Amino acid sequence: MNEELSPTQNRRDFLKTTAVVAGMTVVAPGILLYSVSQAYHEGSVSSDKRWGMLIDINKCSEGCNICTNACTIEHGLTEHVRDDIKPQWIRKIGLRDKQTGREFSLPMMCQHCENPPCTDVCPTGASFKRADGIVLVDRHICIGCRYCMMACPYKARSFVHEALENQKPHTPRGKGTVEACNLCVHRIDLGHGKKPACVEACEKTGHGAMLFGDIKDPNSEIYKKLREVSSTALRADMQLNPGVRYQGLSL
Amino acid sequence: MKNVNFCVIEGKSLGFYVGMAVLSFFILLGLFAAYNMEHHGHVITGMDNQIVWGMPHIFAIFLILAASGVLNVASISSVFRKVFYSPLARLSALLAITLLIGGLSVLLLDLGRPDRLLVAMTHYNFKSIFAWNIILYNGFVAICVLYLWFMMERRMQRYYPTVGLFAFIWRLILTTGTGSIFGFLIAREAYNAAIMAPLFIALSLSLGLAVFLIVLLIDCWGTHCSLGEGILHRPKTLLGVLIAGVFYFVLVYHLTHLYFTGRHGVEYFILAGGGIYTVLFWGGYLFLGTILPLLLLYHERFTHSRISIGLASLLTIIGGFCLLYVIIIGGQAYPLNIFPGKEIISSGFFDNATVHPYTPSGWEIMLGISGFAIAGFATMLALKLLPLMPRSLADADIDETFKD
Repeated sequence: MNEELSPTQNRRDFLKTTAVVAGMTVVAPGILLYSVSQAYHEGSVSSDKRWGMLIDINKCSEGCNICTNACTIEHGLTEHVRDDIKPQWIRKIGLRDKQTGREFSLPMMCQHCENPPCTDVCPTGASFKRADGIVLVDRHICIGCRYCMMACPYKARSFVHEALENQKPHTPRGKGTVEACNLCVHRIDLGHGKKPACVEACEKTGHGAMLFGDIKDPNSEIYKKLREVSSTALRADMQLNPGVRYQGLSL
Repeated sequence: MKNVNFCVIEGKSLGFYVGMAVLSFFILLGLFAAYNMEHHGHVITGMDNQIVWGMPHIFAIFLILAASGVLNVASISSVFRKVFYSPLARLSALLAITLLIGGLSVLLLDLGRPDRLLVAMTHYNFKSIFAWNIILYNGFVAICVLYLWFMMERRMQRYYPTVGLFAFIWRLILTTGTGSIFGFLIAREAYNAAIMAPLFIALSLSLGLAVFLIVLLIDCWGTHCSLGEGILHRPKTLLGVLIAGVFYFVLVYHLTHLYFTGRHGVEYFILAGGGIYTVLFWGGYLFLGTILPLLLLYHERFTHSRISIGLASLLTIIGGFCLLYVIIIGGQAYPLNIFPGKEIISSGFFDNATVHPYTPSGWEIMLGISGFAIAGFATMLALKLLPLMPRSLADADIDETFKD
């Protein structure tokens, strides 16, 4: 029996080997990258947590803007523009009860709803809710249609009307896209009990009107407090189940 | 029904070239406005964080509504088998395509990031009615192209009624989608009503027919094509019915809001204390856009005049524009009621404003008008290249048995 292979067979084997090697070279890195991107790692965002905030309006001082100033500095919202186009990730609102005349103030920001209307209406999915309840805008796929701003019941979103300079590396922002409070997600993701800038600033002044934490964790301070006191969700009739609650506010 | 001969328009007259030049000028103005809005940002417009949708959206939605409504004439001939309208079906389908392209161009160029068109076409959130509309609008253009082809291609004639029916159903869904952009907004009191969808359907029917009649009159005047009284009379009567239909839905919409105590504030704002919005509602929409055209169309003294028909169509368009302004801008100008029972005494974000002001900038108007110009340019070009207009629209050439 002749052991020698014919030139045709040699060529066929060569082509087979080349095809396999080429295929592996092209596909393998893709599989590797995909598996890396899908891998669960320690500290991954999960629905076991839900970040939220409890704001005690009795402790919130009128005329105090420490929380809004801290937000401005933290996220670099420092552009000098007209008031009507200025970004407002958090704002102070002064209120008077029509019946009793009692006056008070409170900070207002994205309420990080469980069922956010902004993510429902966003055509591209740029507005999204993370598994841990934080509502964010993916600036890479936001087309700037502003439908989310029409849909937000809290007027919590701003549109960037002008070119920006000196953005903070941890807060991506860009002209022509929509933005809102992100609960200082860059701090939260660092772990170690880091809190949003507004909460930290409010604590430093001694007011302590803003309590932040995981509202699903039975050991967290916010969880215990929410069980202990009555709190109010804004526009509760819409059943959006916001992550931000107000203590001492009756609507 | 006689066999109708179709022809291209000659397109060599001074009027044609002047028309194309004027439309090109307005398209260039619109592109210049879009470039500036892109380069400087929306800071140069009258829109802000309170009034987020402005003049470009009114123009865009107007054109989109008119596009779906203008297909009426073709639908009546193929779906409802009124062959009398068949000679006009080609023009009707053409206008549906061109008006939609005009409207979508304005919508696209107003985006904060129009360069991300590809993102909008490849990333879909299927819970968003806006995302559905992107599919509906693109599909509508494709169906109308098919419809037009089947009308013109003898071999495809037998499928023509099927495509016509499909196009008719699609356009109803499309306008439902456009109305639902507002109907699905729970946050704002002026919207959040299912009646927005049928209201927009009725509005699209009347605006579409009004635009169609104006284009028909201009075209026949420009090309000296004879236009019979009969062929004008039937759509004219229909226009009156559609104007009344829109009024019915507007009436029910406001009656519903007036019934809900929680919405008295926004109703008072639109109907009585809203300044420009109140004026536009009563004067613009109701008087100019509803009562006057109905008088012109039905009153014995005016009903036979061609000028009356043209004027009534123009007034319907003006009225529709006013109504859209009141709905879109007025709905945003009325502040959100986040704290019921509380008076807002201070805010860093205009929560305490009794009304959010809005003055449209020249850029926005330039961009909006370019939508009409794009539609007009594309229509004139298509009429020159393709046999879409009947050689004659004299009654005797359309239907020997026709009696007015």
